Amino acid sequence: MIEAKNLTKRYGDKIAVNDLSFRVEPGRVTGFLGPNGAGKSTTMRLILGLDRPNEGDATIDGEHYRDLPRPLQTVGALLEARAVHTGRSAYNHLLALAQTQGVGKKRIDEVIHLVGLTEVARKRAGGFSLGMGQRLGIAAALLADPSVLILDEPVNGLDPEGIVWIRTLMKRLASEGRTVFVSSHLMNEMAVTADHLIVIGRGRLIADCSTEEFIERSTEEVVVVRSPDTEGIAAAVEREGGKTTLGEDGLLSVTHMQAARVGELAAAGGFVLHELTPKRGSLEEAFMELTRESVEYGGTAATPQAAPQAAPQPQAVPEPQGETR
Amino acid sequence: MTTATHAAGTTPDIRKAGFGRVVLSEWTKIRSVRSTVWSLVLLVILDLGFTALLCGLTAAQWSKTDAAAQATVKADPTGTILGSGFFLSQLTVCVLGVMVIASEYSTGMIRASLLAVPRRVSMLAAKAVVFTLLIFVLGTVVSFASFFIGQPILHDKAPVALGDPGVLRAVVGGGLYLAMLGLFALALGAIIRHTAAGITGVIGFVLVLAPLASLLPGSLGKHVHAYLPSEAGQLIARAHQADTDLLTPWQGYGVFAIWTAVLLVIAAVQLRSRDA
Repeated sequence: MIEAKNLTKRYGDKIAVNDLSFRVEPGRVTGFLGPNGAGKSTTMRLILGLDRPNEGDATIDGEHYRDLPRPLQTVGALLEARAVHTGRSAYNHLLALAQTQGVGKKRIDEVIHLVGLTEVARKRAGGFSLGMGQRLGIAAALLADPSVLILDEPVNGLDPEGIVWIRTLMKRLASEGRTVFVSSHLMNEMAVTADHLIVIGRGRLIADCSTEEFIERSTEEVVVVRSPDTEGIAAAVEREGGKTTLGEDGLLSVTHMQAARVGELAAAGGFVLHELTPKRGSLEEAFMELTRESVEYGGTAATPQAAPQAAPQPQAVPEPQGETR
Repeated sequence: MTTATHAAGTTPDIRKAGFGRVVLSEWTKIRSVRSTVWSLVLLVILDLGFTALLCGLTAAQWSKTDAAAQATVKADPTGTILGSGFFLSQLTVCVLGVMVIASEYSTGMIRASLLAVPRRVSMLAAKAVVFTLLIFVLGTVVSFASFFIGQPILHDKAPVALGDPGVLRAVVGGGLYLAMLGLFALALGAIIRHTAAGITGVIGFVLVLAPLASLLPGSLGKHVHAYLPSEAGQLIARAHQADTDLLTPWQGYGVFAIWTAVLLVIAAVQLRSRDA
């Protein structure tokens, strides 16, 4: 189990992780989700004792990382940036790590086989592709058979087959009773991999719940109602158990009720309807919406308000290359 | 647990952890990088090649050399022989010393190293022990080889034997000097954490500061010069003291050791407190 208590990390006057507390339980894959620059990697580095928190504390099975007698036996980590000497072969890289923990050579061959690097094990790691580098990092993480795995963006650079492989591997490791903590900035990836989600933005906790709950909450159907008599409709809807919120733009948002039923209630009450629109956001949209305010490096086109203004531009400009068609 | 992540029933073979394990790991790291091996080969070639070349030139130019220079060589042929050897080869030791630690930072390997050995100072200590011993053994072998190459070349002009007073100590001292220089470079590399800057720093200390210090006026320049790490350290590889030497060979080596120890302490304190 990993536990973070009020973790805070500042770099100069920039705050990377802000009073972050959560627990990562064993036996399930916990996704650590947030946009780029949200503080995911920093949080993982704090847990692993590579960086020191300004405030707060992070422990693994109740101990600080630096106090673990044979740390690789407790925690296996894959960091976002590469952590391999480019001049050393994959085998020797793993050998040097194994020797610090007293792990035998047989196990090195096992993990090399497990990640599918047997044929290139004696080649210099500097010549590896991004995907091969990730596989070597995962081999290093699994080397001493740890009970806790911390993986920072493991699907980075992997091909589709590799992505399925790592997904299956993480689920299997969790089913073996291990703690699996995996970061990603891709909501859809986490939706199919993680059982539980910890979502952060700008170093702050946004959500800590099961993936199912997160999806349900985020992609709930909303019926948008435009009417001169929103008050009357809201009252009718709420009598039947629906929930309503009135936006500043005068639009009524209805949840917990189908659009058809809202229309029937409006008709029964004699209310005039100008618009009745059911909406269901995609998971990715919900995630963007949730973390929008906390995006550090967002381009202006990424914000929903700016998108429509940016989109028509290419159409407005006559395209010379179109004439050849 | 399934058989997929590790063979059924065989929990990985975990033996007792300790400093010895970290030393073994650091030895694996050093021997498994090709550039290290080539640098060591270069060290041997440069040392022995320049011993032969410079001693040969000294012998060939003997009749044209003025009396004072002849007297210097005659007073300490061992110092001349060994000095010709590590004149250039010491630079490979400087470069290697810096690279052994700074390359871990430039490649990111340091993160893997510190995850495996979160007690950071013991990682640095193991690295220092392995590298220093390696350079000491190789440096001593090279020093003996250099002596036995130079001795017959200079024999007619300035005879010397291994049994003469101070000569054996000086030849072993050649290995001791290179080993301390390697450790000095490693410490500076650990502080600077950047290969190019670290190498520049060490070479500045070894090659640039000494001539600069001798430009200082009067006895101040002489004293500063004598206490510089490489100047003080090289005394151990000379069989006879010159009248102008301020320090004895072992005092000089002690001064070099103090420089190195101070840098190592700074490196260790930084390693503990800085983010990796």
